[in-house]
Amino acid sequence: MDMIFFIAPAAIGGISAALAALISITDKIVNNYGEIKIDINKGKKELTVTGGQPMLFGLSEHGIFIPSACGGRGSCGACKVTVHSDVGPLMPTEVPYLTDEEMKNNVRLSCQIKLKQDLEIEIPDELFYVQEYTTVIEKITDVTHDIKEVLCKLPEGKEITFVSGQYGQFEAPPYDKVKDPTMRAYSMSSAPSDKKHVEFLIRLVPGGIVTGYVHQHLKEGQKIRVVGPFGDFQVRDTDAQMICVAGGSGMAPFKSIFQDMIDKGTLNDREIWYFFGARSKRDVFYLEWLYKLDEENENFHFIPALSEPQPEDNWTGPTGLITEVLDGYLKNTISQDKSKEGYLCGSPGMLDACMKVMSDNNMSADDIFFDKFA
Amino acid sequence: MNATQLINPFSLFFASIITSNILLANFLGMCSFISISKDMKSSNGLGLAVTVVLTVTTGINWAILNYVLIPLNLEYLRFIVFIISIAAAVQMLEMIIDRVSQALYLSLGIFLPLITVNCAILGVSLFMEIRGYTFVQSLVYGLGSGLGWWLAIMLLSAIRKKTDKSKIAPGLQGPGITVITIGFMAMAFIGFSGMLAVQ
Repeated sequence: MDMIFFIAPAAIGGISAALAALISITDKIVNNYGEIKIDINKGKKELTVTGGQPMLFGLSEHGIFIPSACGGRGSCGACKVTVHSDVGPLMPTEVPYLTDEEMKNNVRLSCQIKLKQDLEIEIPDELFYVQEYTTVIEKITDVTHDIKEVLCKLPEGKEITFVSGQYGQFEAPPYDKVKDPTMRAYSMSSAPSDKKHVEFLIRLVPGGIVTGYVHQHLKEGQKIRVVGPFGDFQVRDTDAQMICVAGGSGMAPFKSIFQDMIDKGTLNDREIWYFFGARSKRDVFYLEWLYKLDEENENFHFIPALSEPQPEDNWTGPTGLITEVLDGYLKNTISQDKSKEGYLCGSPGMLDACMKVMSDNNMSADDIFFDKFA
Repeated sequence: MNATQLINPFSLFFASIITSNILLANFLGMCSFISISKDMKSSNGLGLAVTVVLTVTTGINWAILNYVLIPLNLEYLRFIVFIISIAAAVQMLEMIIDRVSQALYLSLGIFLPLITVNCAILGVSLFMEIRGYTFVQSLVYGLGSGLGWWLAIMLLSAIRKKTDKSKIAPGLQGPGITVITIGFMAMAFIGFSGMLAVQ
């Protein structure tokens, strides 16, 4: 037999093997970044992590959870971190998520930055308190036809410390056609005094991955991963009148805020106006609780408004869009002399409209705080 | 030593850039040439990437050809072997560039891996084999061809910047007018052909 039958495959195999070896040697040399030191907030914490991986994962390995809704794929833009060391120019994947000011201040997406050298970074202090919990779903309640109240019990021995108004990330496991675990942020509606639970109000969004999971698949007793707390939506410590506006599951942070005030006995300390906008009566919830607070506390005013009340609703309260109702109250009822702070939580459309009403009524944009659904 | 190997590398270098431009004389590497040339910045990045990869792979393939394939009488395996080595070279280059210069890595972006399937790269290695270049000739021929490709795509993207703003019959807009433009460019370059010998 001709030797060529051995030589030809051997030659191709040999060349391929040699090239493969070269590639893996190059990989070993070139992609070996060793151990990398990350200095967080000027020495507040120092981590030693394995180089070569994205910063987001390097940090979460050591218990620092940067908010991320997409799990490091660079599609949510949440995992922003200020990087003081030079880590090269902005990636094309980062640009769409950063404002001009953030770019100037070296804000980067931590999921897009590969750990290559020692770094100095800055993150908001509260991220040190962010933890990861494997919770058990204790109770699911339908509060309206499309909003579920989901109560998660933290594992034994674990506690959560947060400020009312903050949010947590809720992870839906893979289901149906969704191949990856998916995280979404929801405001926590439970009071900070309950350190053993977190509660979310989750409204069904058509086509939503996590809301779809919660509404169609989630069962009591199931285990769900929750990461938190995040966010800076919280009540400012002043004695200005609070003008709160919410719609739908935007109720969540306010439920937590009011319950926190009740727990601390401060609910009556300042004037609070709580406007809640809904379409018809089947979209409003916690009515009894809020009416009761209104009755028992001189300074707490609850104003639910329906834009399309149905005949069977027997609605006697204000009707019309929440913006119209808010405008009327700001002009005629709420004291013009005392300063005001705006607190808004709801859909981007509603928020923008309400902010316009507030600024038209002489409220400064610096005094309007909001939590926009994204 | 054959006649081709007597060609001065210096003249081979200029020949491969202008009179025997790999793109406009041999029409190799057309797909990325047409699709990328609509954006000047990307054209520049791709031109640079093609130049680097061409130079490196022509050198590697010359060594494989002369030290492995020819001694073993396996020249007929050159297609598959060249493709393997091009893919491997691109892979290694990508890793090295990522480590050495993040800025360059970012500006090349997706073009670097795409070059693996650019026919100009394989074409240059095959010409090198057919014409029996020496090692030095192969290197300058690779480098020159890359620079020629780079020049051609920059010229085309500059012209396309103009034609984008011109009135063009609807049926000819986009790729249609581009191919006609390339034809004119090729004619201009072919006017030089034969001035410098490449084989």
